[in-house]
Amino acid sequence: MNRIEQRFAKLRESRCTGLIPFVTAGDPLPEYVVTLLHALVKAGADLIELGVPFSDPMADGPVIQHASERALQHKVDMHKVLGWVRTFREQDDTTPIVLMGYLNPIEIYGADFGRDAAACGVDGVLVVDCPIEETAVLQPLREAGLHTILLAAPTTEASRLARIARDARGYLYYVSFAGVTGAKRLQVETIANRVRQLRAQSQAPVAVGFGVRDADGARAIAEFADAVVIGSALVEQLAECQDIASLQACVKRVLAPLHQALSHNNGVAP
Amino acid sequence: MQKLNYPIEMPDDFYQFPDRDGRFGPYGGSYVAETLMAPLAELKQAYQSLRDDPAFQSEMQRDLWHYVGRPSPIYFAERLSRQVGGGRILFKREDLNHTGAHKINNTIGQALLARFMGKTRIIAETGAGQHGVASATVAARMGLQCVVYMGALDMERQAINVYRMKLLGAEVVPVHSGSKTLKDALNEAMRDWVTHVADTFYIIGTVAGPHPYPMMVRDFNAVVGREARRQMLEDYGRLPDVITACIGGGSNAIGLFHAFLNDREVRLVGAEAAGEGIASGHHAASLCAGRPGVLHGNRTYVICDDDGQITETHSISAGLDYPGVGPEHAFLKDTGRAEYVAISDDEALEAFHLLATTEGILPALESSHAVAQAVKLAGELPADGIVLANLSGRGDKDVSTIAALEGISL
Repeated sequence: MNRIEQRFAKLRESRCTGLIPFVTAGDPLPEYVVTLLHALVKAGADLIELGVPFSDPMADGPVIQHASERALQHKVDMHKVLGWVRTFREQDDTTPIVLMGYLNPIEIYGADFGRDAAACGVDGVLVVDCPIEETAVLQPLREAGLHTILLAAPTTEASRLARIARDARGYLYYVSFAGVTGAKRLQVETIANRVRQLRAQSQAPVAVGFGVRDADGARAIAEFADAVVIGSALVEQLAECQDIASLQACVKRVLAPLHQALSHNNGVAP
Repeated sequence: MQKLNYPIEMPDDFYQFPDRDGRFGPYGGSYVAETLMAPLAELKQAYQSLRDDPAFQSEMQRDLWHYVGRPSPIYFAERLSRQVGGGRILFKREDLNHTGAHKINNTIGQALLARFMGKTRIIAETGAGQHGVASATVAARMGLQCVVYMGALDMERQAINVYRMKLLGAEVVPVHSGSKTLKDALNEAMRDWVTHVADTFYIIGTVAGPHPYPMMVRDFNAVVGREARRQMLEDYGRLPDVITACIGGGSNAIGLFHAFLNDREVRLVGAEAAGEGIASGHHAASLCAGRPGVLHGNRTYVICDDDGQITETHSISAGLDYPGVGPEHAFLKDTGRAEYVAISDDEALEAFHLLATTEGILPALESSHAVAQAVKLAGELPADGIVLANLSGRGDKDVSTIAALEGISL
């Protein structure tokens, strides 16, 4: 069992819905990353999705695109990202870290990526532009002990959904609507039906992301999902932070109400 | 992670590619977000059922003849050939098409497909504006709403084409993200598509993108090579010794090459943009100087740094200024079926002037790369040898660029 499974087992035990913040590695500033990760945990993060910046983030909306651009301007690269995870692990050996990004930086890193990432304490990798038809290229990552997190979307048709549900490891990321990250629509009933289908078919817990912006949204999703991802709404706020103190305050301000909403909801029936 | 690089064994039949997952050997595929897999499957299905549909084919044929002006002639550039020496240089005159380039072969096909699929809105990305103009043209012709995404920087550089698209009734949306050029316009068009899949058809302008685009755009442009092959046999009683075309994404090149893939005796040479020289780092030669990677939904050769970030490219010709290349070209390179070389800005400019003064033809700066390569290839051939080059577009659009480069104010 890696950290992801351990964490979801613990959440199930305590009947809580997980809170998964997404942040872009190196944004707003590279020197804040490790502090930011610890602040996220302190504010209630159960798992962290750490975005690896990419020059062509095709599936992301403007907020995360800009975060990615800022990080690249600060010369963030994969080696630095892995280094930050390693430093984070010196003080936190339980909070799972999933790298989220695009395939090209992973491939260009080379054959050692899986081994190096696992050695630094990465638990999973979510490759946005690698649908299930192409996941053979991620086999070396799985062999290194990383979970390759799969996505499902509202447009995913039934037979694919079944295949994705069957192959999902760690958790399954359900994209709540057809669009890019950070859009402002959330149709809870439709999402609920799809997530219930997925949960019925999959061993893996289901996290819902894209479009969760506040505690009310999170609470509604928590009725049927194992975890809630908060990305753009957080990244947007973090971008405004000028120093570490304001960054920590910002994390607390954004995550505390979500954490509050999720930890008193009695979770979702397994 | 596995390194996918050459050599790949030469297949007996190149027409078996792509396979059902859109792969040309290790290249191609569908590297997109999950949300796009359903619309891509819908597109693939629609295209497969329509490509052999007589109603679709006859309507397309009619438009290619009466609207585009096909077939385009093959022209023997006699004065040019005599001046440079060696074999005979022939041009496939795609510059004579309506809108002045090969791009319309593809947009006619995709817009028809959009209409058969019941889509009312088309979107497109454009760099120099040629594909945007070709998309806006067919949208006007078929009464479809048209939105064109264009990098903010490109919009400044290509103001006339922006205005041309607006005259044709299209909305041009500036893209301010990333490098504000073609690749970012493509990203933004994908984002639009993912958000509006129900009524929107995305017309990709080159043989890149996720499956089925590289196959579909190739098929629509393959009319160029089919015609050329037939014309060669009819008018010259033989196939050319070598054929050449310029390559950005590679649509005009694959269009010409495709009919000749199994004619092993015909050499295929693609001319990429060397810009200020490969060594300078300011180029757009993905096949000559890039490496296998994943960009815009397909596995192919890309220009990127050691962290996998796609880097800025340069070419005098905006239409070649792209950091990826169609996956079928990557495959043709690695199998050895086609050769890829790079032509510098200076060589292209020189070829532009040479063709203008010897033949009275202003080639597009993109096509000038093919002209330069044709001249080189002719020099290697005996007098009865034949090199056929794709004159993929006309150069009227580039007149002010060339004047500016040469310090002339108009």
